[in-house]
Amino acid sequence: MASIREQFEIPAKMKTWAYGLIGAGVLAFILGLFTKEHNEFIGTIMYNSLYWMLICNASMFFICATTLAMGGWQVAFRRVPEAISKMVLIFGPIAFLVLIYIVFVDHNHHIYHWLSDEAKEDPILKGKLGFLNPVFFLVWTVLAIGLWALLGARMRKLSAEADDAALRGEEPGKSFIWRNTVTASLFIVWFALTVGSTVPWLWMMSIDAHWYSTMYSWYTFASSFVSGMSLIALFVIYLKNKGYLEYTNQEHLHDIGKFMFAFSIFWTYLWFSQYMLIWYANIPEETVYFKHRVQGPYKGIFFLNLIINFVCPILILMTRSAKRNYTLITFMAVMIIFGHWIDFYQMIMGSIRKDDAALSWFDFGIAAFFIGMIILFTGKALASRPLVPKYHPFLKESIIHHT
Amino acid sequence: MAFGQKFKLINMAKKTFVVGCFDDEEVLFPAVKKTRLAGYKIHDIYTPFPVHGLDHAMGLRETSLHTAGFIYALCGTSTALGSISWILTKDWPLNFGGKPHFALPAWIPITFELTVLFSAVGMVLSFCYLCQMAPFVKKHHFHERATDDLFVMVIETTGKTNIDELKGFLSNNGAKEVNVQVAEPGWWLGRYDKDQELIREQVEVA
Repeated sequence: MASIREQFEIPAKMKTWAYGLIGAGVLAFILGLFTKEHNEFIGTIMYNSLYWMLICNASMFFICATTLAMGGWQVAFRRVPEAISKMVLIFGPIAFLVLIYIVFVDHNHHIYHWLSDEAKEDPILKGKLGFLNPVFFLVWTVLAIGLWALLGARMRKLSAEADDAALRGEEPGKSFIWRNTVTASLFIVWFALTVGSTVPWLWMMSIDAHWYSTMYSWYTFASSFVSGMSLIALFVIYLKNKGYLEYTNQEHLHDIGKFMFAFSIFWTYLWFSQYMLIWYANIPEETVYFKHRVQGPYKGIFFLNLIINFVCPILILMTRSAKRNYTLITFMAVMIIFGHWIDFYQMIMGSIRKDDAALSWFDFGIAAFFIGMIILFTGKALASRPLVPKYHPFLKESIIHHT
Repeated sequence: MAFGQKFKLINMAKKTFVVGCFDDEEVLFPAVKKTRLAGYKIHDIYTPFPVHGLDHAMGLRETSLHTAGFIYALCGTSTALGSISWILTKDWPLNFGGKPHFALPAWIPITFELTVLFSAVGMVLSFCYLCQMAPFVKKHHFHERATDDLFVMVIETTGKTNIDELKGFLSNNGAKEVNVQVAEPGWWLGRYDKDQELIREQVEVA
């Protein structure tokens, strides 16, 4: 094994950028606290904290899915999604505090209509109150975020064994893969029961308490997973540029690019299925969700969302050479992350503030805080352990990976 | 010899090939490299299963099949959108549940299906054409075990090629079996038994 730079050292510039962005975010928070209308203020913080937490959690989903599929190709850069998924330990509590503030402290029935007293008289909401009530909300939120963090931490702990030469040989290798498989499958099951179904209903869809869509959770999942893959791509390319990750090359980038491409199309499929069925049936209680988005103030953002997240990826990422091009993947990754942030904006703010749509300095400021946090803490997580799991049984498969 | 067969034979551009058969891909790869370095022209390599990286080793260029697929897809999209919009807005407008005549969301699934259909069928047909495969059309088999367990490297010769030297070269590089075949490299319509017989006769005459 040729000598490789396996220890990441955080460049001073990275820290400066992170502190700068966090500073800008804190400043925006303080200014917003005094200048912004209360629901807009809370809503903005809410969609940002949910979005950035979900895309970081998508990294752990990526690790677990590839582990269960017995994938070997991702091992060369596996420490990158691991480091990103560690953000759940920070963003999880932030999102939890925001949600709990809305439900218990603020008791904000403008955001969650099912909190109001009218809901108890409402014939439709009465039937939903078994699911939409503060106690269930609290318990399920604690379980969801807690188990993501716990099972994620377990996966990362298992991965640390791959730095130890004791993993050499067939028997320890087999047992290592088996234990990984068990934890990964637990995570996947919990992920399916949360991000894949209940959690987007509870946290986001219930803002429109009367409205429902069976596509909603998968739509949210697709949105967060495709931006999660883009985030992984950005960190991989950053580390490559700094001269780390010697074993990761265009072949791996090509496969990450395929994920970005494929899940952009998958997201569009869900977007369209949700839209077309409601458009075709044309039932007022369903079209109410799209009315102000398609024909009202959110029109521009709604279609911009479709152009950034569907038209651009399908045309730009279609060719093989584009998926193997570091510059193009960087550009597309930034665009996809921005595009799905816009998507979350219109999903949540579109329901909280129906008559006015304006992405303002405040939205970008709060986003800057979360981006800064990702840069700072993912950088720290990357530096805290070797970048290549040297004794992982599948490392060789990853090094010679060929698409 | 019937007239048709005579005509066919005149049109066949037979060439002389030296065929080396390998029983292991690990032997095949270095042999391919050395053959190219020595300046011989590899006609093709027939393998029992897709061998990863062999196209690179042979120096084949990236296929344009996907570009063709994209163009077929665009044809499908425009055919669908063009015909549906013409039919439903100009030619025979119908009222479906009060929807506008130009009901774009309702057309998307059909547009998608036609895009996929055009792209898939077009690519399969292009692929068959590029590989010269079609029903009832014949192609010369250099070695029947190429579909079972042999890796068959076929080298095209010219008048200047020293065939004995080339045979020795292949054996030295690990070929288990080496022979010389005069064959039609392209496809032809006809029957194996008769046509092959005729080729053999011709070779003896020549």
